[in-house]
Amino acid sequence: MAKLYSKKKLATSKMLPKKETISFILNYSKALRITKVGNLSFESIAN
Amino acid sequence: MATSVLSDAILVKKYVSGEESALTILIERHQARIYNFIYSKIQDRDLSDDIFQDTFIKVIKTLKTKSYNEEGKFLPWVMRIAHNLVVDHFRKNKKMPMQRDSGEYSVFSFLFESSPNIESQMITEQVELDLTRLIDELPEDQKEVLMMRIYQDMSFKEISDLTGVSINTALGRMRYALMNLRKVIEKNQIILTN
Repeated sequence: MAKLYSKKKLATSKMLPKKETISFILNYSKALRITKVGNLSFESIAN
Repeated sequence: MATSVLSDAILVKKYVSGEESALTILIERHQARIYNFIYSKIQDRDLSDDIFQDTFIKVIKTLKTKSYNEEGKFLPWVMRIAHNLVVDHFRKNKKMPMQRDSGEYSVFSFLFESSPNIESQMITEQVELDLTRLIDELPEDQKEVLMMRIYQDMSFKEISDLTGVSINTALGRMRYALMNLRKVIEKNQIILTN
Protein backbone atom coordinates (compact mmCIF):
# COMPACT_ATOMS: atom_id res chain seq x y z
CA MET A 1 0.00 0.00 0.00
CA ALA A 2 1.28 3.41 -0.87
CA LYS A 3 2.37 5.70 1.88
CA LEU A 4 -0.46 7.82 3.18
CA TYR A 5 0.05 11.31 4.45
CA SER A 6 -2.00 10.71 7.49
CA LYS A 7 -2.34 8.25 10.28
CA LYS A 8 -5.33 6.13 11.03
CA LYS A 9 -7.79 7.21 13.67
CA LEU A 10 -6.43 10.72 13.48
CA ALA A 11 -9.78 12.41 13.77
CA THR A 12 -11.90 10.02 15.66
CA SER A 13 -12.29 11.79 18.96
CA LYS A 14 -15.78 10.59 19.82
CA MET A 15 -18.40 13.22 20.18
CA LEU A 16 -21.98 12.66 21.10
CA PRO A 17 -25.13 14.63 20.42
CA LYS A 18 -26.47 16.79 23.23
CA LYS A 19 -28.65 15.12 25.85
CA GLU A 20 -31.44 17.56 24.94
CA THR A 21 -31.34 16.34 21.34
CA ILE A 22 -31.67 12.72 22.36
CA SER A 23 -34.40 13.59 24.83
CA PHE A 24 -36.30 15.51 22.13
CA ILE A 25 -36.08 12.58 19.71
CA LEU A 26 -37.34 10.10 22.31
CA ASN A 27 -40.19 12.38 23.39
CA TYR A 28 -41.10 13.06 19.76
CA SER A 29 -41.22 9.34 19.12
CA LYS A 30 -43.50 8.78 22.12
CA ALA A 31 -45.81 11.61 21.09
CA LEU A 32 -46.07 10.82 17.39
CA ARG A 33 -49.00 8.80 16.15
CA ILE A 34 -49.38 7.97 12.49
CA THR A 35 -52.77 6.84 11.27
CA LYS A 36 -53.10 5.33 7.83
CA VAL A 37 -56.36 5.65 5.96
CA GLY A 38 -56.14 4.07 2.53
CA ASN A 39 -53.24 5.73 0.78
CA LEU A 40 -53.20 8.67 3.14
CA SER A 41 -51.35 8.86 6.41
CA PHE A 42 -52.13 11.36 9.16
CA GLU A 43 -49.63 12.46 11.73
CA SER A 44 -50.69 13.62 15.16
CA ILE A 45 -48.55 14.77 18.05
CA ALA A 46 -49.91 14.15 21.53
CA ASN A 47 -49.08 16.81 24.08
CA MET B 1 -28.59 -6.37 30.31
CA ALA B 2 -30.19 -8.80 27.88
CA THR B 3 -31.45 -6.06 25.56
CA SER B 4 -27.92 -4.82 24.89
CA VAL B 5 -27.17 -7.91 22.80
CA LEU B 6 -30.32 -7.78 20.71
CA SER B 7 -29.63 -7.20 17.05
CA ASP B 8 -30.69 -4.02 15.31
CA ALA B 9 -33.25 -5.96 13.30
CA ILE B 10 -34.96 -7.26 16.45
CA LEU B 11 -34.89 -3.84 18.08
CA VAL B 12 -36.45 -2.29 14.98
CA LYS B 13 -39.16 -4.93 15.03
CA LYS B 14 -39.83 -4.27 18.74
CA TYR B 15 -39.97 -0.52 18.12
CA VAL B 16 -42.38 -0.91 15.22
CA SER B 17 -44.62 -3.01 17.44
CA GLY B 18 -44.76 -0.19 19.97
CA GLU B 19 -41.84 -0.77 22.32
CA GLU B 20 -40.38 2.73 22.66
CA SER B 21 -37.40 1.59 24.73
CA ALA B 22 -36.02 -0.21 21.68
CA LEU B 23 -35.40 3.17 20.04
CA THR B 24 -33.42 4.31 23.07
CA ILE B 25 -31.11 1.31 22.68
CA LEU B 26 -30.72 1.86 18.94
CA ILE B 27 -29.82 5.51 19.46
CA GLU B 28 -27.40 4.72 22.27
CA ARG B 29 -25.77 2.06 20.15
CA HIS B 30 -25.25 4.16 17.03
CA GLN B 31 -25.27 7.79 18.13
CA ALA B 32 -21.48 8.23 18.17
CA ARG B 33 -21.04 6.82 14.68
CA ILE B 34 -23.84 8.84 13.15
CA TYR B 35 -23.04 12.06 15.00
CA ASN B 36 -19.34 11.91 14.17
CA PHE B 37 -20.16 11.28 10.54
CA ILE B 38 -22.38 14.37 10.44
CA TYR B 39 -19.91 16.49 12.39
CA SER B 40 -17.02 15.53 10.13
CA LYS B 41 -18.90 17.13 7.24
CA ILE B 42 -20.62 20.05 8.97
CA GLN B 43 -17.95 21.11 11.50
CA ASP B 44 -20.50 22.83 13.69
CA ARG B 45 -21.90 21.25 16.82
CA ASP B 46 -25.28 22.96 16.82
CA LEU B 47 -25.93 22.27 13.16
CA SER B 48 -24.77 18.70 13.60
CA ASP B 49 -27.25 18.28 16.44
CA ASP B 50 -30.02 19.63 14.18
CA ILE B 51 -29.14 17.23 11.39
CA PHE B 52 -28.83 14.34 13.85
CA GLN B 53 -32.30 15.22 15.14
CA ASP B 54 -33.77 15.50 11.63
CA THR B 55 -32.21 12.17 10.73
CA PHE B 56 -33.99 10.41 13.57
CA ILE B 57 -37.26 12.22 12.90
CA LYS B 58 -37.14 10.69 9.42
CA VAL B 59 -36.22 7.31 10.89
CA ILE B 60 -39.11 7.48 13.36
CA LYS B 61 -41.63 8.52 10.70
CA THR B 62 -40.53 5.78 8.33
CA LEU B 63 -40.65 3.14 11.03
CA LYS B 64 -44.03 4.29 12.36
CA THR B 65 -45.59 4.26 8.90
CA LYS B 66 -44.22 0.71 8.65
CA SER B 67 -42.61 1.52 5.32
CA TYR B 68 -39.11 0.42 6.38
CA ASN B 69 -38.01 -2.80 4.82
CA GLU B 70 -35.69 -4.47 7.31
CA GLU B 71 -32.82 -6.24 5.67
CA GLY B 72 -30.43 -6.18 8.58
CA LYS B 73 -29.02 -2.87 7.42
CA PHE B 74 -30.30 -0.40 9.97
CA LEU B 75 -27.08 1.60 10.44
CA PRO B 76 -26.24 2.01 6.72
CA TRP B 77 -29.85 3.09 6.17
CA VAL B 78 -29.65 5.74 8.92
CA MET B 79 -26.22 6.85 7.68
CA ARG B 80 -27.65 7.32 4.20
CA ILE B 81 -30.46 9.48 5.59
CA ALA B 82 -27.86 11.54 7.47
CA HIS B 83 -25.70 11.78 4.35
CA ASN B 84 -28.66 13.03 2.28
CA LEU B 85 -29.53 15.62 4.92
CA VAL B 86 -25.93 16.84 4.96
CA VAL B 87 -26.05 17.20 1.16
CA ASP B 88 -29.37 19.07 1.46
CA HIS B 89 -27.78 21.38 4.03
CA PHE B 90 -24.90 22.31 1.74
CA ARG B 91 -27.23 22.68 -1.24
CA LYS B 92 -29.39 25.04 0.76
CA ASN B 93 -26.39 27.11 1.74
CA LYS B 94 -24.79 26.77 -1.70
CA LYS B 95 -21.56 25.86 -0.04
CA MET B 96 -19.34 22.89 -0.62
CA PRO B 97 -18.16 21.08 2.49
CA MET B 98 -14.62 21.76 3.45
CA GLN B 99 -12.52 20.61 6.34
CA ARG B 100 -11.76 23.41 8.75
CA ASP B 101 -9.64 23.43 11.81
CA SER B 102 -12.13 24.60 14.38
CA GLY B 103 -9.94 23.73 17.33
CA GLU B 104 -12.52 21.34 18.68
CA TYR B 105 -12.10 18.88 15.86
CA SER B 106 -8.94 19.14 13.86
CA VAL B 107 -8.59 16.71 10.99
CA PHE B 108 -4.92 17.50 10.86
CA SER B 109 -4.34 17.35 14.58
CA PHE B 110 -1.90 14.48 14.06
CA LEU B 111 0.55 16.90 12.54
CA PHE B 112 1.02 18.90 15.70
CA GLU B 113 3.93 18.18 17.95
CA SER B 114 3.60 18.42 21.68
CA SER B 115 5.47 21.75 21.85
CA PRO B 116 6.08 23.07 18.36
CA ASN B 117 8.33 26.04 17.86
CA ILE B 118 7.38 28.89 15.55
CA GLU B 119 9.25 27.47 12.59
CA SER B 120 7.74 24.00 12.78
CA GLN B 121 4.36 25.59 13.41
CA MET B 122 4.66 27.56 10.18
CA ILE B 123 5.81 24.51 8.27
CA THR B 124 2.95 22.51 9.71
CA GLU B 125 0.46 25.15 8.66
CA GLN B 126 1.90 25.17 5.15
CA VAL B 127 1.77 21.37 4.92
CA GLU B 128 -1.83 21.38 6.14
CA LEU B 129 -2.76 23.99 3.59
CA ASP B 130 -1.00 22.14 0.76
CA LEU B 131 -2.64 18.86 1.69
CA THR B 132 -6.09 20.43 1.93
CA ARG B 133 -5.62 22.06 -1.48
CA LEU B 134 -4.43 18.82 -3.01
CA ILE B 135 -7.38 16.87 -1.62
CA ASP B 136 -9.77 19.59 -2.76
CA GLU B 137 -8.45 19.26 -6.29
CA LEU B 138 -9.48 15.61 -6.47
CA PRO B 139 -12.64 14.67 -8.34
CA GLU B 140 -15.63 14.67 -5.99
CA ASP B 141 -16.15 10.88 -6.01
CA GLN B 142 -12.48 10.19 -5.20
CA LYS B 143 -12.38 12.87 -2.53
CA GLU B 144 -15.47 11.45 -0.87
CA VAL B 145 -14.02 7.95 -0.62
CA LEU B 146 -10.66 9.24 0.59
CA MET B 147 -12.24 11.38 3.31
CA MET B 148 -14.47 8.53 4.50
CA ARG B 149 -11.62 6.01 4.52
CA ILE B 150 -8.82 8.12 6.00
CA TYR B 151 -10.55 10.70 8.14
CA GLN B 152 -13.64 8.82 9.24
CA ASP B 153 -11.94 5.45 9.43
CA MET B 154 -14.79 3.73 7.60
CA SER B 155 -14.39 0.33 5.99
CA PHE B 156 -14.81 -0.05 2.24
CA LYS B 157 -17.96 -2.05 2.94
CA GLU B 158 -19.43 0.89 4.85
CA ILE B 159 -18.30 3.35 2.17
CA SER B 160 -19.89 1.17 -0.46
CA ASP B 161 -23.19 1.00 1.46
CA LEU B 162 -23.24 4.72 2.08
CA THR B 163 -22.30 5.92 -1.39
CA GLY B 164 -24.31 3.28 -3.20
CA VAL B 165 -21.41 1.97 -5.27
CA SER B 166 -19.79 -1.47 -5.20
CA ILE B 167 -16.82 -2.19 -2.95
CA ASN B 168 -14.63 -2.56 -6.04
CA THR B 169 -15.64 0.87 -7.27
CA ALA B 170 -14.90 2.38 -3.86
CA LEU B 171 -11.51 0.64 -3.84
CA GLY B 172 -10.84 1.90 -7.35
CA ARG B 173 -11.73 5.47 -6.39
CA MET B 174 -9.41 5.30 -3.39
CA ARG B 175 -6.62 3.97 -5.60
CA TYR B 176 -7.12 6.73 -8.16
CA ALA B 177 -7.33 9.34 -5.40
CA LEU B 178 -3.92 8.27 -4.07
CA MET B 179 -2.45 8.00 -7.58
CA ASN B 180 -3.72 11.45 -8.45
CA LEU B 181 -2.40 12.93 -5.23
CA ARG B 182 0.99 11.35 -5.84
CA LYS B 183 1.03 12.55 -9.45
CA VAL B 184 0.30 16.15 -8.46
CA ILE B 185 2.85 16.00 -5.65
CA GLU B 186 5.55 14.71 -7.98
CA LYS B 187 4.67 17.07 -10.80
CA ASN B 188 4.77 20.13 -8.62
CA GLN B 189 7.60 18.82 -6.44
CA ILE B 190 5.63 19.44 -3.29
CA ILE B 191 7.32 18.39 -0.09
CA LEU B 192 4.81 17.18 2.46
CA THR B 193 7.05 16.63 5.43
CA ASN B 194 7.57 18.51 8.63
